[in-house]
Amino acid sequence: MRLELKDITKRFPGVLANDRISISADRGEVLGLLGENGAGKSTLMNILSGLYKPDSGEILIDGTPRAFTDPRQAIDAGIGMVHQHFQLVPVFDVVEAVALGAESVSGPVGTFDRKTARARVVELSQQYNLNVNPDAKIEDLPVGVRQRVEILKALYRKSDILVLDEPSAVLTPFETEELFGIIRGLAEAGTTVIFITHKLNEVLEVADRITVLRRGRVAGTVEPRDATREILANLMVGRDVELKVVKGPATPGDVMLTITDLHVRDDREHMAVKGVSLDVRAGEIVALAGVQGNGQTELVEAIVGLRSADSGEIVIDGHTTTSASPRHVSDLGVAHVPEDRMRDGLIGAMTVAENFILDTYHREPYSKRGSLNAKAIAEGAELAVKDYDVRTPSIETYAGSLSGGNQQKVVVAREFSRPVKLVVAAQPTRGLDVGSIEYIHKRMVEQRDAGAAVLIVSTELDEVLAVGDRVAIMLGGKIVGILEGPDATYEKVGMLMGGAGE
Amino acid sequence: MTRIGSTLKPALIPILAVITAFIVGSIFILITDFENLAKLGTDPAGALAGAVGTIGNAYYAMLVGALGDPARIAAALADPTPKALASAVRPITETLVSATPLIFCGLAVAISFRSGVFNIGVEGQFVLGAFGAAVAAIAVKDLLPAPLILLVGALFGVLTGALWGFIPGLLKAKTGAHEVITTIMLNYVAAEIIVFGLRSEFLRQEGSGQPISKNLAAFVRMPQILELPAIRLHWGFVVALLMAVVVSWFLFKTTKGYELRAAGFNLHAARYAGMSASGSIILAMTLSGALAGLGGSMEVMGTVSQMSGNISSGYGFNAIALALLAGNRPAGIVAAALLFGALRTGGALMQVKTGIPLDLLFFIQALVIMFVAAPGLVRVLYRFDRTRMPGGDKTATEGGAA
Repeated sequence: MRLELKDITKRFPGVLANDRISISADRGEVLGLLGENGAGKSTLMNILSGLYKPDSGEILIDGTPRAFTDPRQAIDAGIGMVHQHFQLVPVFDVVEAVALGAESVSGPVGTFDRKTARARVVELSQQYNLNVNPDAKIEDLPVGVRQRVEILKALYRKSDILVLDEPSAVLTPFETEELFGIIRGLAEAGTTVIFITHKLNEVLEVADRITVLRRGRVAGTVEPRDATREILANLMVGRDVELKVVKGPATPGDVMLTITDLHVRDDREHMAVKGVSLDVRAGEIVALAGVQGNGQTELVEAIVGLRSADSGEIVIDGHTTTSASPRHVSDLGVAHVPEDRMRDGLIGAMTVAENFILDTYHREPYSKRGSLNAKAIAEGAELAVKDYDVRTPSIETYAGSLSGGNQQKVVVAREFSRPVKLVVAAQPTRGLDVGSIEYIHKRMVEQRDAGAAVLIVSTELDEVLAVGDRVAIMLGGKIVGILEGPDATYEKVGMLMGGAGE
Repeated sequence: MTRIGSTLKPALIPILAVITAFIVGSIFILITDFENLAKLGTDPAGALAGAVGTIGNAYYAMLVGALGDPARIAAALADPTPKALASAVRPITETLVSATPLIFCGLAVAISFRSGVFNIGVEGQFVLGAFGAAVAAIAVKDLLPAPLILLVGALFGVLTGALWGFIPGLLKAKTGAHEVITTIMLNYVAAEIIVFGLRSEFLRQEGSGQPISKNLAAFVRMPQILELPAIRLHWGFVVALLMAVVVSWFLFKTTKGYELRAAGFNLHAARYAGMSASGSIILAMTLSGALAGLGGSMEVMGTVSQMSGNISSGYGFNAIALALLAGNRPAGIVAAALLFGALRTGGALMQVKTGIPLDLLFFIQALVIMFVAAPGLVRVLYRFDRTRMPGGDKTATEGGAA
């Protein structure tokens, strides 16, 4: 079916989220919808899926205007959404999860007709090459397969228009390739696909046409063959963006962090880090690549003192810190940019100023003999806001109300405002826009050039290759390869991340 | 927004909640006024006038009961005899007396809520604090002069209250036992300890079969603010106000207070920043208990002068609602405690004068809490913040990030 959105406008208090946005996608076409966080992609998709009503503008399906007042109507009109966060019941099996809400029923009391449902799931799975075991439990499935279950769910509801919201965020490079194959198959079979992302490479690879949104407006629509990463980035941000991280060659000095045969358990007492050994030297950036959930989180928590190691040793700047407290580690000059900034890095209900002193509040000048020095705190915060270009109405604004990029700047500003010998940054640019990513990378390189050892953990291949002087790849709790210089190619790192190195 | 505007802003919902609760309360006065309702068929105009009269009388009686009778105040100003003065100020002083334990308990609840622990045991800490103060005062009554007895009593009140907060704090920090469960249980333990203690010869009032203690007023008494006959207002009220200032200073101006608030908002971030989560929990519970204990000692040595099993009429539990109403702000706690105190004392006169039962006040009190707990309801009722729509907030901020 042909989908057309015409002059969609949606206003929220103080924000024009969608400003006369028009997009269209033909039957069997893959439309890439590209934009930074806050560009209006999500609002537009929520309008399409019936969650929001547009202030003006119309939705046309095959030329007929449609107005949705609730998601059910959108589904009935043939629009299927695959959300970034999966909406699956973990304890259900695939058939149950797919059929939920659209169950075929039989008998006098309307019992769930599992047989019919299962047959359709199998049929769809084969038809579109989804390769899903209909009887597997959702919680036992890897993330990539769960996503295919979500796609199955949409197909099961006879969706002719499939909307995928940041589908590659949780996938390995290999799984992403698989997904692109599935998307092409769907398009060939006549499904209209809208692929929402902020990743430049992906739209270039999979989309037939690319519409770029910026600040609630359509910044341009281009064909992939006419576009380059630079052109797309320029459309997204509105200025030329340095996509390559500018940095000179590393000048590795003394070993600042030594990890020897480290074993760490996760929250469920399973061994998550299984014998990791790694050195990070002053003046170099080591990028730790790997798909989410391969022990990187536990490794980082062990380094910074938030999780105790099972065995092995961690030495920071000559001090053994295997069982040290977070404060001890931080006092040694370790800056930690945590993976989940809203959980660990910030207190959303406290002000920007209060967040700036989160790990220095107990030291002068911010406090003296147990009482806080409001003046010093305000001055420090004002300075950091200026230095790190944090866009906030004031230092008294709650940190939780800032955008992701500005929250991350608050965290980075705080961590780098102390003397730093070792930087441990986990997913430092996750969810950030291109401009903020550029900025954070620049600051990391600055720290390296100032003589700090930097360990960056990332699931993004682009980031790993761009910032890392050396790239270590983690898989299944182990480091499966360390690549350096020209050896660290997209293909090699990607293959090691996916387990092809074994 | 102006400075005053931003200070008042957090109070907007509670104030509207109070107004709404009184309006709903008046509806209940009406529909329970059967005589007047019976007239509705025959004399609608008279019924309406009667209704307005009933509500007016009830709330006026409440106001007079809580703040004072204009006629008596005028009489006292004309002829300031101690007796006339006392009768003029009695209502307002009784309101302050009622508010005193509520301020202590409200602050105790607020400090724990701010730290992310839910101390439901303020009631137990309050009564045990009172008990501790009474025991200590009786123990040293023949050894020390009155001012020192007072000091020892208060100190023991604080210590027993603190201990009763420390225990659940320690249990939570070391074993993960949920403080809501342990504090509720410790409330029962506290009550039983008091019943047991009051049976002893050492504490019990001579010649009384009832489980009540000796009269403390014979040897120790929190000094009165006004030396007038039958006026109970004592310096404990001022101590309560002082504690509100201290708690405010502690929470917002000290590193320990900062730690507690950080841990209260986000325990993960507090750990990340190198703070000790278990230390925060124990400290918050101990301080909370200490405040409640101090309140108990003021009550037993200032207001009632006699320890008994029902020294608290649910102050510790009311304080939970009160802290909610006040948004855990110390200044708000004082304001809310004064309101609750006024309802208590004013309600008594209303019952005497108009026959409307005192229960109406608890009804209004409950409505206030309900409206504060459901701020969306108040927003809809008063049509402000109309642009805010359910589910729209998140996208709006996302959009704002662009």
